[in-house]
Amino acid sequence: MAPKFEIENLNAWFGAKQVLKNINMKIEEKSVTAIIGPSGCGKTTFIRCLNRMHELTPGARVSGKVLFDGVDIYGKGVDPVIIRRKIGMVFQKPNPFPMMSIYDNVAAGLKLNGVKDRKILDTVVRRSLELAGLWDEVKDDLKRSGASLSGGQQQRLCIARALAIEPEVLLMDEPCSALDPISTSKIELLIRQLAKDYTIVIVTHNIQQAARVSDYTAFFYLGELIEYGPTKQIFESPKNELTEKYITGEFG
Amino acid sequence: MRLDYYMIRVIKDRIALGLVFLSLLLALIPLFSIVYEVFLRGASAISIEFFTQPTPTVGEKGGGIANAIQGTLITIALASLIGVPIGLMSGIFLSEYSEHRLSRLVRFFNDVLNGIPSIIIGVFAYTLIVLSIGFSVTAAAFALAIIMIPIVSRTTEEAMKLVPLSIREAAIALGIPRWKTVTTVVLKGARKAIVTGILLGVARIAGESAPVLVTMGYWRWWFEGLDRPTANLALNVFIFGISPFENWIMLAWGSALVLIMLVLGINVFVKAYVWRGY
Repeated sequence: MAPKFEIENLNAWFGAKQVLKNINMKIEEKSVTAIIGPSGCGKTTFIRCLNRMHELTPGARVSGKVLFDGVDIYGKGVDPVIIRRKIGMVFQKPNPFPMMSIYDNVAAGLKLNGVKDRKILDTVVRRSLELAGLWDEVKDDLKRSGASLSGGQQQRLCIARALAIEPEVLLMDEPCSALDPISTSKIELLIRQLAKDYTIVIVTHNIQQAARVSDYTAFFYLGELIEYGPTKQIFESPKNELTEKYITGEFG
Repeated sequence: MRLDYYMIRVIKDRIALGLVFLSLLLALIPLFSIVYEVFLRGASAISIEFFTQPTPTVGEKGGGIANAIQGTLITIALASLIGVPIGLMSGIFLSEYSEHRLSRLVRFFNDVLNGIPSIIIGVFAYTLIVLSIGFSVTAAAFALAIIMIPIVSRTTEEAMKLVPLSIREAAIALGIPRWKTVTTVVLKGARKAIVTGILLGVARIAGESAPVLVTMGYWRWWFEGLDRPTANLALNVFIFGISPFENWIMLAWGSALVLIMLVLGINVFVKAYVWRGY
């Protein structure tokens, strides 16, 4: 199977500060790749480089290549808006659109891109909410404000919203860090299910979570990719001393 | 020794508190005395006729200010029609494209415009419009629109900046183009505060008199067209108030009362509108 992403010599800066240093890695299709590492090591910046969100921060800069299905998303003539429709994102803090209903939140991506057909929207909203495991909890109340849901429900709403535009990849930036343990385990279960059809890259602070949900794990430290491989191997026989120290909790 | 020091502090505290209350009272005296006087004198002018009849001629008894209410509403509507879109769009530009080279310049000129005396803006409208089509409601509305633009622009900018970055990012990550993110998601989030800003702008221009005086002049009849003047509440207060005719002076008080009620009404509506939402 060809890798979904091939990242070549990726560097990223905030102003003069370099936050990613020469990253090279391949991300496999329809698998879960966890990005772990201590705070400030560039995990979030890394996944924001994968859907061209990093450059939106004033003063931010990127160099290198990110091949997505073989096409460099930083290449000439590539529209980042189109890229982001294929590569969805779920953020650390649930961020449903506050003035919109549950239905409109999920439909937002399609509606704002010009889909008006009520039947299509109904189908997509239902399917996305089902995929995100939220349908049964909200099906009688789709007109309610998205902001009225609990934190865990809001995050699943955001996942449904991201899935509604049928992306190929889902980038998740510490999606459970603001959630309680029950919501967290629901979302972890969801990630495993979604991995059958989607490529998932998840940033996590929680080492156990990486071990539970991911097929591959990448350990970042001070902007560098220290070690990358199958999760089992990283956790059972890490090659690098830093990796071992981090996953055994000696620092981080 | 220690006790004395403590007592001094308590006395200082009392004095400061007393001064604060005194200032508050001093600031409120003009407000209440104006409202009291206007209500007292204006109320005697109020009748059914007052709200249904146009202004009478000199010496004529009775009459009302219906034409001035009509004229003021038309003028405000026309001014808003010009001023709101421009103010709104420049506010959106300032908030969403603040990295643009022009934005600092626009913000600076916006602030300058906000500080220009309204009579000067009136004279500007006079040279630009009155000299070509004559004293008219169009010229007055144009002047008032210019006064309105910086108010609407500033409040729109502030309102949009309050919409959290995470909401914008959510939209952008869905592959929604930036302009659409702004015009739908962000504008929707800032809607209440923007409406508030627009209404406060309306309240501000409703009571403007100097620019209206130099662009519309005096008109005692009903609205006759956009190229003609209309009657105006603020000008009623000015022109009738300094006239020697008792009936006119009474109408001036009545106009002042209606004007105050209009502005007060808008402010109360804004407060209620904002409170309901949060």
